[in-house]
Amino acid sequence: MNPTLIRIGRRAALALALGAAFAAQNAAAQAAKYGPGASATEIKLGQTMPYSGPASAYGTIGKVQQAYFKMINDNGGINGRKINLISLDDGYSPPKTVEQVRRLVEQDEVLALFQTLGTPSNSAIHKYVNAKKVPHLLLATGATKWGDPQNNPWTMGFNLSYQSEGQIYAKWLLKNKPDAKIAILYQNDDYGKDVLKGVKDGLGAAAAKMIVKEATYEVTDPTIDSQILTLQGSGADTFIDITTPKFGAQAVRKAFDSGWKPLHILNNVSASIGSVLIPAGVEKAVGAMTVSYYKDQNDPQWKDDPAMLEWRAFMGRYYREGDPKDQSNLYGYLVAQVMTQILKQCGNDLTRENVMKQAANLKHFKLPLLLPGMELNTGPSDFFPVQQAQLQKFTGTQWQLFGELMSTDAR
Amino acid sequence: MAGLDRRKLVAVAVLLVLACALPFVIGNYRVFQATLVLAYAIALLGLNMLTGYNGQISLGHGAFYAIGAYTAAILMDKLGLPYWATIPISGAVCFVVGFLFGLPALRLEGLYLALATFALGVAMPQILKHEGLAHWTGGSQGVVIVKPDAPEWTGLSQDQWLYFFTLAWVVVFFVVAWNLLRGRIGRAMVAIRDQPIAAQAMGVNTSLVKSLTFGVSALYTGAAGALGAIAVQFVAPDSFNIFLSLTLLIGVVIGGLASISGAFFGAIFIQFIPNIADQISKAAPWAIYGIVLIAFMYMMPTGIAGFLRLARARLARRARP
Repeated sequence: MNPTLIRIGRRAALALALGAAFAAQNAAAQAAKYGPGASATEIKLGQTMPYSGPASAYGTIGKVQQAYFKMINDNGGINGRKINLISLDDGYSPPKTVEQVRRLVEQDEVLALFQTLGTPSNSAIHKYVNAKKVPHLLLATGATKWGDPQNNPWTMGFNLSYQSEGQIYAKWLLKNKPDAKIAILYQNDDYGKDVLKGVKDGLGAAAAKMIVKEATYEVTDPTIDSQILTLQGSGADTFIDITTPKFGAQAVRKAFDSGWKPLHILNNVSASIGSVLIPAGVEKAVGAMTVSYYKDQNDPQWKDDPAMLEWRAFMGRYYREGDPKDQSNLYGYLVAQVMTQILKQCGNDLTRENVMKQAANLKHFKLPLLLPGMELNTGPSDFFPVQQAQLQKFTGTQWQLFGELMSTDAR
Repeated sequence: MAGLDRRKLVAVAVLLVLACALPFVIGNYRVFQATLVLAYAIALLGLNMLTGYNGQISLGHGAFYAIGAYTAAILMDKLGLPYWATIPISGAVCFVVGFLFGLPALRLEGLYLALATFALGVAMPQILKHEGLAHWTGGSQGVVIVKPDAPEWTGLSQDQWLYFFTLAWVVVFFVVAWNLLRGRIGRAMVAIRDQPIAAQAMGVNTSLVKSLTFGVSALYTGAAGALGAIAVQFVAPDSFNIFLSLTLLIGVVIGGLASISGAFFGAIFIQFIPNIADQISKAAPWAIYGIVLIAFMYMMPTGIAGFLRLARARLARRARP
């Protein structure tokens, strides 16, 4: 190699090193600021997870996140500080969530809450955390109400919101099937109405013309057969299916067996192959559509994806007892990466105010486990980190992405 | 009816003084937990009247806890009633519901009653989510309750105030229960449990006493539900699933059947053991809970209160030559 080049390289390195030393000195001079739960050596985060109770299948999210922060700590932590994630069981029972969150805030004095799971559990602490001004970040629930900075400036969700999901379906239909005659089945509660609102907002003026029939069911209903027949009778050719897994499986089967066979848009809540499509009969679900925003480790196209390999290596090293086929383990890892980014951005100002400010300051943040091209953005008036997603179609064995990344500007 | 002997009276007074001092030495979060313990103690006392004293097994008392909690929440949220007024109303509502449920259900004996009440407990969350009631109950989203402030002259924090508010109700409920269970009605209840036919022959109106017991038991549990809801500031169907009912029964048995003080031990158990189990193992907190439960039942088959009674008797015997 050319010796001058090397010399220049050395000189540049020296300059860089000097600059870095200077910057470090600057940072040290600029005294670090600490809120509750943060110090020069540690950052305390808290969460509640359903390790027991009806939703205990999701408990693995908390475990994978603890494993993730162990890895971060082994590699030196974030800005030199170790992360201490205190993860407590709430059994998916709201009163227990209140108790545990109060413990985290008042006794353990965590800097922020992270990924508390479940819509009812988070509803129970919503008011409390906002009164206490504790960052309540990246909640593991899809309800749209978590993105309300005006009234609840300390709460920010993570998941693609139900309304955004509905809008994406509407957008796709407007573009690709403008003459669709749409029949909608939705669960008669806040979740169902949330998705429905997204669909209607997305269709806008066309909603009145395009939606030919709506039907509802109660979670307590034994079956939805009669609803499906009513929807079929309306002559619709597109079926937006806003149901939870048990009813999702029934809908897939009945819409096929009754001979209706519409374009079946199945909401993401019921997109699980294992618990919905296989019980319904995979052959009946061929062609069904849903949304997705992060890579599926069971999808062969990501088999050799570097991010996927990295995740698998992590699973093998730090969370061996976790099931590598379980999507929750990928999801939990992904959200922990977002939290890491927020804490990195905080630098040495680890006050609750700054954590919230940085959470609302994600700019074009890309993560390799999100779908290609996706980025997370938040702002002081935008508390919805995930606003893009792509549609995928069921081939009979797996979900296959198609079309391009779609985004929702409004929520 | 011998009253409390002096030693016991002193013990109760000391405990009461300690209970009053407690919120000043621990943090607000612990005060909140203590408030929940007190609320559970009332619920357990109610269930103990039914199960311990009257011998009827209920696997659905979580439903009455839920009705009490929702009554308080709706009264405060929709009708703007002050929090303190909701406790007697919740109790009264549960008394009526419990009495009415008791009338037909009490034709069922033993296990059949347990199953009927179990059905009530299982159904309750779904009833609360029902569309027809959603306007009042808030559907699956539940109702958020505003936490009451302490009156200014007290200088207490919200949690401390609620603790004392709950403690006052505990005193009222326990004094009433003590009088009830030591008196004519209490004897009738126990007689029905032990010898129903003999009790009837002695002129006890068994079906009325049983229904009334069910009603009073529901009243206690409902009032406890209201107190718990005010402390938690939130009610939702998911708060009152069938596990709550089972937990209450566990509390009664662990605390000690047919024992008034057992209610406190049981309440402490159901409040803190799940937290401890969670700290031991995230993988299987319920397995730990189960092991603790079995260990308790094995070592103290008559519950904590029974164990203490036994230990005291043994010590007294040894002290006397």
